Amino acid sequence: MPVTENWKPTIVAFCCNWCSYAGADLAGSSRLAYPADVKIIKVPCSCRVNPMFVLRAFEKGADGVILCGCHPGDCHYSTGNYYARRRMTLLFSMLDYLGIEDGRTRVEWVSAAEGVKFSETMNSFVETVRALGPSVRLGDLRCKN
Amino acid sequence: MYRIKLENVNALLGAIAAQNDLFTPVKAGGKTNFTLWTEDTEVDLQTLKTVKSPKDVFFPQSETLYTCAKQDGKTTISVQDRCNTPFVVFGMKACDVRAIDVLDRVFLTEPVDSYYAARRTMGTVVSLACSRPDTSCFCGAFGIDCAAPQGDVATWMAEGYLYWLPQTEKGEALTAQVAALLEACQEAPVEEVKAKIREICDRLPLKDLELSQWGAQAADANFDSPLWEALYQPCLACGTCTFVCPTCQCYDIKDYNTGDGVQRYRCWDSCMYSDFTMMAHGNNRTSQMQRFRQRFMHKLAYFPANNDGMFSCVGCGRCVEKCPSHLNIVKVIKAFGKEEA
Amino acid sequence: MQELIVKARQLLESGEVSRVLGWKKGEFEYDPEPAFFETAESLDGFVYNGFCGANLSKYMIEAGKKEGKTLVFLKPCDSYSYNQLLREHRVDREKAYIIGVGCKGKLSGNKLPFEGILKVTGADYPDAQQTLTVQTLYGTETVAYQDAMLERCHVCKGKEHVVYDELLGESCDTVDADRFAEVERIEAMSPAEKFAFFQEELSKCIRCNACRNVCPACSCRKCVFDSTAFDSAQKANTTPFEEKMFHIIRAFHVAGRCTDCGECSRVCPQGIPLHLFNRKFIKDINALYGEYQAGSDLESKAPLTSFTTDDAEPGVGRG
Repeated sequence: MPVTENWKPTIVAFCCNWCSYAGADLAGSSRLAYPADVKIIKVPCSCRVNPMFVLRAFEKGADGVILCGCHPGDCHYSTGNYYARRRMTLLFSMLDYLGIEDGRTRVEWVSAAEGVKFSETMNSFVETVRALGPSVRLGDLRCKN
Repeated sequence: MYRIKLENVNALLGAIAAQNDLFTPVKAGGKTNFTLWTEDTEVDLQTLKTVKSPKDVFFPQSETLYTCAKQDGKTTISVQDRCNTPFVVFGMKACDVRAIDVLDRVFLTEPVDSYYAARRTMGTVVSLACSRPDTSCFCGAFGIDCAAPQGDVATWMAEGYLYWLPQTEKGEALTAQVAALLEACQEAPVEEVKAKIREICDRLPLKDLELSQWGAQAADANFDSPLWEALYQPCLACGTCTFVCPTCQCYDIKDYNTGDGVQRYRCWDSCMYSDFTMMAHGNNRTSQMQRFRQRFMHKLAYFPANNDGMFSCVGCGRCVEKCPSHLNIVKVIKAFGKEEA
Repeated sequence: MQELIVKARQLLESGEVSRVLGWKKGEFEYDPEPAFFETAESLDGFVYNGFCGANLSKYMIEAGKKEGKTLVFLKPCDSYSYNQLLREHRVDREKAYIIGVGCKGKLSGNKLPFEGILKVTGADYPDAQQTLTVQTLYGTETVAYQDAMLERCHVCKGKEHVVYDELLGESCDTVDADRFAEVERIEAMSPAEKFAFFQEELSKCIRCNACRNVCPACSCRKCVFDSTAFDSAQKANTTPFEEKMFHIIRAFHVAGRCTDCGECSRVCPQGIPLHLFNRKFIKDINALYGEYQAGSDLESKAPLTSFTTDDAEPGVGRG
């Protein structure tokens, strides 16, 4: 795929319903800018994210995947994000091991009050992924053409 | 009979590839399998058996049948093109060539499988005699002579030469394409090689496999045998035996969601899998014993019953080598032989 | 081997056990198969030698559904798998009589670099120091025992059984390599090299599911990959994505439960080093959440079903 100067990465952001999705909302209502290439998928809790979700996102054309949830200790189901943290740590490390650069995956804790953090996180993540270029290694050609 | 120096085989392959797609055994990641030949391919003619049989050149593990796409409320269906480029499979062994006969019986009888038929029409088989048969080989039990393989062209390696014998019209046509590289020669050296190979075959431990308990009549006779219950026990229900088998031909048809439509494809299926032939009402074989029995009964009883006594095992021995539990068709054949004795 | 048969016969005849789970002589010397023996006479076919690599612990799930006790022979590493199954309530300890058998390293028929093998001597009462003599159709060859040994034996986790009723036979040390050396070698590669390495290995995968089916940790009654609701082909890697997805998910589903018994790599018909996936998870778990050996006990908290409030953040410690 030719990478032009205007190339924009596709980012999938899994946001938990209680904190991070509300944080994204706040970013929006506060008119804080973040790239439109970030596609948010709302999940009930960060620990709802199955490793398959992440792999499928890459398969279907994502160039980066970010998981946002409540800060540790603030999970609305009390411990969901602690489990998610371990799972994603291992999964992202495995993806790195397979040659999916670690810059393409990230976990950030964003509370409902952190609109600014949400927008900053997305801006910096998009920049990192843009520098890495399109993700093709887990891409499925059948979906891309 | 023609010949070419072994060091010039690459030039020969190049000449074949100039006019055809060419598949040869190639070692990658330590294992040899049939792969599309390109100029920097290093062909592996030493390894006796490829892990997967060359079956998937004719009947790929997965292939698209047609694609449906939805656009502006309209659905368009585009049928996959049938194979329309001539190709050559180089280095098939006698057992794998016979396996194609088995597949022909399945796919070329009515209703003809047009995807397979197109590949059979476009494909030319260049076989290679087995210089060093292995202990797991038992093609002789099915009347296959690995010293004189069938195929459009048969080849032998001996004394620094590759001997080349066209055996069919297709073989003659391919020979004409590469005639500039071949020189005519006597058959005597090949006869010597054949004698050597047959001498080794005589020492193979499985050469005298007794098949008299099998064939069409076995369908009834062996079905309810208590032996199955004991035989299947170590089976892990994986699909290794079926996927390395040159004659297993069952497939499943599935849909792939492309986002704006579906791609309908078929892929190999395995009778060892729990969802094999799953239907709306459930599954007609509910235990692993039944699934295990199905595989061997199909090869040794049902297939011969429907195909003039032809077994759908060719004795390539891949399952003997690859089964994780060291179960295999030889053990099954022998178990029933013993019972009779 | 004889003492194992004597013991098994004794227990069968006394009625203490209803069947014996062990290994049966195969067609050749190098292919014994896992087998149930129901009678004392059938034990004539019993064999225990260097080629008995198969881990019998998973068969105990089925054995537990049968009447009476099953006598099972477990090698030291197999006992970890059994313990893990016990912990997950997949096997019934009451219905097992476990004899821990000694192990001097197991061989792989596929690792013997010869064609036409007729007879192998030296594998009966193996000692990792000795030499195997292999008689083939094409002459007699020799190979050092270590050179034909399974990868897992070079990095053996020890010759102590973690669960048994009785111990029989001797073991000897076989470790001559670092368990995580290969993982570290890959970790040090560039992303492009890593990808090229796994691409070459995984593109060989034929999706026979042998790695999954042999795995003692893969004991779900119905695997997610077999579900008709799962949006992927179970039987073929229809896309390059799927071959990677299958192996990532397979390893992920057993992360924290995999004892590193090495069966996946032993059975792969294409010789894919599947243990490299499992071992990567094990290495990360050890580094981030403390040393953990699945199956070593029945009480400790498993790494993926527990947490601490100050766990490392994802990305920490990565390049």
